[in-house]
Amino acid sequence: MTSPDFTFVIDGRAIPGKPGQTIMEAADAAGIYIPRLCDHEGLRHQGGCRVCTVKAAGRSVSACTQPAAPDLVVESETPHINKLRRDLVEMLFHEGNHLCPICEASGNCELQAMAYRLDMTAPTKMPYLEPCRELDVSHPDIALDTNRCISCGRCIRASQDVDHKGVFGYVGRGIHRRVAVNGSDLAHTDAAVTDHAISAEVCPVGCILRKRVGFATPIGEREFDHGPIGHEIEGGSSD
Amino acid sequence: MTEPRKARVATVSLAGCFGCHMAILDIDERLIELMKLVEFDRSPLTDMKTFTRRCDIGIIEGGCCNEENVHVLRDFRRNCDVLIAIGQCAIMGGLPAMRNAIMHSDAPLRECLEEAYITGRYIRNTTHNIPNDPALPLLLDQVYPCSDVVQIDYQIPGCAPSGDVIFNMLSQLLAGRFHGFGHENIRFD
Ligand code: SF4
Ligand code: SF4
Ligand code: FES
Repeated sequence: MTSPDFTFVIDGRAIPGKPGQTIMEAADAAGIYIPRLCDHEGLRHQGGCRVCTVKAAGRSVSACTQPAAPDLVVESETPHINKLRRDLVEMLFHEGNHLCPICEASGNCELQAMAYRLDMTAPTKMPYLEPCRELDVSHPDIALDTNRCISCGRCIRASQDVDHKGVFGYVGRGIHRRVAVNGSDLAHTDAAVTDHAISAEVCPVGCILRKRVGFATPIGEREFDHGPIGHEIEGGSSD
Repeated sequence: MTEPRKARVATVSLAGCFGCHMAILDIDERLIELMKLVEFDRSPLTDMKTFTRRCDIGIIEGGCCNEENVHVLRDFRRNCDVLIAIGQCAIMGGLPAMRNAIMHSDAPLRECLEEAYITGRYIRNTTHNIPNDPALPLLLDQVYPCSDVVQIDYQIPGCAPSGDVIFNMLSQLLAGRFHGFGHENIRFD
């Protein structure tokens, strides 16, 4: 390894950083996992979900967008910050319809895995919004259940920047902002099942579904049945 | 010296599928170990329909979808020291709560029942009636998690939770050293 350009500190550990790296990128390289939902490898950073919130020099910032800087002191795995993260994840569960026992994504879902990691065992006292959006099953190979969408924008960025298509986009403002397709339904867009935006890795939840492959891997043998979310990053660390 | 009294356990299935009770049986041969520590009172496992006396632990499967569920749940709260909600239906409504999300029209319950018994595409109901026998408990406007109706002391997530998780949780609780689940034991499916 080339010598690090500078060091900074995450939870008391000195971490090498390079100019231009975000806190999260430097943490990943050092085997420290910072929870995240809207950030995804290979896509431009959005800084939308705030699940990656850390305290850097005492201020709350999103680790996926905040540049690492020499001697910066970052707190991540503290009870206080994890409580904030859990609150955010809980709100996402209340905002959509998340009935994991009937969801094709269960076991592969990053939202669910994040809830496990953050010890969410019971619903809060907040009301469920219970959206009632029509399923879009118009496309021959793809189905959309936007009642599970967490508005992370990963499909939007993948479609624009990788597929150069723009199949997905945000509509509405504030609490009404949601993700929609650029056409009357998915069949009236140029979406293809081979698009990066449609691939299993881009949508973190069970919103964008590929037809005819559902439950090919049984519940109990899926991605997060083999380890908690983040273990592939933490696996490389000293402990 | 007399042996310490066994903990009395009651269980019930409300708006659930009985899967969580099956998961309790999945404790398998360790049930013998467990039965040294507990005795069952009111429960589908004993076929007892009422409490014979106050219980230490009440285990609830399923949420509340009708007035009878609410009545039974309150009865459990009155008669049990510790109430455990087991499984996603008891914790957050589970599959029956799918009907909550379609309940936004002016007459949601009617719409739901009409689709279930009359207009649904895959229905064969030769009477063309919605069942209305007076013996049937009235449906609630929504499916409610148990914790919306009474105070719940512990929740065991899962659909259903595995026999291992149930056994470990119960034995830790009986030994007075249950301190929550490690995240490897939290499952919603
Ligand atoms: S999208 Fe994830 S959290 Fe939502 S129901 Fe499916 S598995 Fe559960
Ligand atoms: S459809 Fe999936 S990838 Fe797109 S914004 Fe919603 S949750 Fe994110
Ligand atoms: S991962 Fe950083 S804000 Fe979503």
